[in-house]
Amino acid sequence: MEFYQRDRTLQPAGYTPIYKTSVARSPRQSLLSLQGSLSEITGPVFGQNELGPLDNDLIRNYAKDGDPIGERIIVHGRVLDENNRPVPDTLVEFWQANAGGRYRHKKDTYLAPIDPNFGGCGRALTDENGYYFFRTIKPGPYPWRNYVNSWRPAHIHFSVFGSGFAQRLITQMYFEGDPLIKECPIVHVIPDEDAINRLIAPIDLKGSVPLDTIAYKFDIVLRGRRSTLFENRLEGN
Amino acid sequence: MVQSLDYLKETASQTAGPYVHIGLIPKQAGFDIFETNFTNILADENTCGERIIIEGRVIDGTGTPLRDALLEIWQANADGRYNHELDRQKSGKVDEGFRGWGRTGTDFDTALYRFETIKPGRVSGRNGMDMAPHINFWIVARGINIGLNTRMYFSDEQDANAIDPVLNLIEQQPRRKTLIANRDDTGPIPVYRFDIVLQGDGETVFFDI
Repeated sequence: MEFYQRDRTLQPAGYTPIYKTSVARSPRQSLLSLQGSLSEITGPVFGQNELGPLDNDLIRNYAKDGDPIGERIIVHGRVLDENNRPVPDTLVEFWQANAGGRYRHKKDTYLAPIDPNFGGCGRALTDENGYYFFRTIKPGPYPWRNYVNSWRPAHIHFSVFGSGFAQRLITQMYFEGDPLIKECPIVHVIPDEDAINRLIAPIDLKGSVPLDTIAYKFDIVLRGRRSTLFENRLEGN
Repeated sequence: MVQSLDYLKETASQTAGPYVHIGLIPKQAGFDIFETNFTNILADENTCGERIIIEGRVIDGTGTPLRDALLEIWQANADGRYNHELDRQKSGKVDEGFRGWGRTGTDFDTALYRFETIKPGRVSGRNGMDMAPHINFWIVARGINIGLNTRMYFSDEQDANAIDPVLNLIEQQPRRKTLIANRDDTGPIPVYRFDIVLQGDGETVFFDI
């Protein structure tokens, strides 16, 4: 079962001069379109036994002598496909800066301090309904070298597998109400306003834990599979 | 007005950014957080097949190798079977301990990436045409807005490569060799060298899969 052709009008091009680093890192030749074979419709499978009990709790998974500084948040949602079907048992990974906008990374030299109690990464498997959730602190915005005064809106990076390698996706989640979203060149490499809006997670008071942690809801949609009504032959035999 | 097609739309991709290591390979970011880490070693002592190393660089349009790229590979086992329920080929069998997937970053100093795996077998392609042994690559990095897909083929599979349905889709003959890794047998384990050129002279063929 192949996947629907990717709708490139909703996806960023490779070459997007407003995001300067893309200029030298984008192919100049067209991508060669391939019909799905087994190499594209299959993909790696992961098990719960590969994850630790705190892997989806960024408040606790690197805590040394207390909780990390910052707004306590829950991020939750579903991984769906274009057919509006849940994608179960798929690996979702996430990483982010701390509340001051600093990453725990040997190449990040921003002057905001490292938080000794915050690693900034986690992962979860979706359940049978495609549902995932994790707890973290809200990341801060930070400056980056694109224009001299470019600032990233607060964001969390997501990596999602799906069931076939053709569904592999990396994206970023933004937060409702962040005024930096409309200024960000990385956001605006996406050519479609609705597609941008779908990366902005709304506050979800119903998902919040009263007096404790506020929630944001973020659904992710992967490519859908074609139905097999009149299947053309994917493989031999 | 007509009825609406109620398909959802695929979430837009965004760059993995310069700090992709934190989330996907935190040890390279400089810290240890998970009990189980995903690595560049795909095969263990029980895996069937010929041990190989794949090594190379990811090179930008100025000829400079990327030191912050992340690569993943996905491959069939030595029998040409993918470890996935949708692989229903009648030939060959699944090698239970072999997932067939790995990830790594290019080195911050040397800019090299490296995988330790086994050479895959032939996989049946569309319409019953065998595909030459190949490994599927996915590359992300700062400056790459949407992950790049390509395939690596093997220099010692000339006959199979010559009739591979995907290589033969590449209209410009000289570009086919951008997907063929050269085998080096001088060490104890064969090394396939596979540089990925993002742009310009010798630009690797990338696929919209």
